[in-house]
Amino acid sequence: MSAIVHDVLTAVLVLAGAAMCLAAGIGLIRFPDVLSRLHAATKPQIFGLMAVTADVAINNFSVGTVTLVVAIVVFQALTAPMAAHLVGRAAYTTEHLRADLLIVDELRAP
Amino acid sequence: MTTKHERLEAVGNQIPPLIALTVLWMLLWGEFSWLNLLVGFVVGMIVTVAFYLVPVQLSGRLHPLHTVIFFVRLIVDIARASIEVSWLAVKPRLVTSNAILKIRLRTRSDLILTWTGVATSIVPGSIVVDIDRESSILFLHVLNMHSARDIERFRRRVLDTERRIVRGFGSYEDVERMRGVLPENRLTARRAARTKGKGSS
Repeated sequence: MSAIVHDVLTAVLVLAGAAMCLAAGIGLIRFPDVLSRLHAATKPQIFGLMAVTADVAINNFSVGTVTLVVAIVVFQALTAPMAAHLVGRAAYTTEHLRADLLIVDELRAP
Repeated sequence: MTTKHERLEAVGNQIPPLIALTVLWMLLWGEFSWLNLLVGFVVGMIVTVAFYLVPVQLSGRLHPLHTVIFFVRLIVDIARASIEVSWLAVKPRLVTSNAILKIRLRTRSDLILTWTGVATSIVPGSIVVDIDRESSILFLHVLNMHSARDIERFRRRVLDTERRIVRGFGSYEDVERMRGVLPENRLTARRAARTKGKGSS
């Protein structure tokens, strides 16, 4: 019984991770400008990574694996927003964005 | 002129990052041993001395329950928003409509500002484009905003995140500041601030 639960859990986590990465890839192509593409490139991927690493931790359960998984997720969570921020800011200041896609822009100087 | 007290405080401020680096070193090796601890400590020392950071003003307050609530809520938000953004990526007939919003936080602490920035940034659908540190303003690029109602809802979400962080580990002053502005009258407070801003510019 617990073997089935284990298998189902593994399948759900790995498939969720894969689906997130797939969606990120599709979003990267479909979204129209730099700033919206950044969302697709940096975000669902973190959830995907969380799912896959959680699965690794469940399958090889030991203190070493769990702490390593926590370290991986924390650092991914800390660095991805920074990367997104730097690219986003560079794109904004060099005007690599489509202003017609914004309904409000409160950063533009009046 | 640095007094002895200030110098002591500067050294004290370096201790939390040093401990964090030592723990990280051991996490990376995946096991605890005294040698790991020692090497981690030495490497941590070298890193904190060689890559000197501006000392972070820690608030000196930690509420464990509210901190746990913040992290649990953060993970739930990440999961929910990831699914939303993924659906947006694959859904047929995509209409992109984004917004760049200026959100004025109530905290005056760099640490809380950073945490709020990272926490809203890690949740899919929003990216920090710019920060005004002097007046604690976040400029966020938000995906999929269609109406003024969406925008209001998003603003409230960011301010709620800030509130949860402050309740978890913000300073006492920030907690007091939060108490003055309760969630239900936040809307009116913001509206007042906005009209005032318009009048002066």
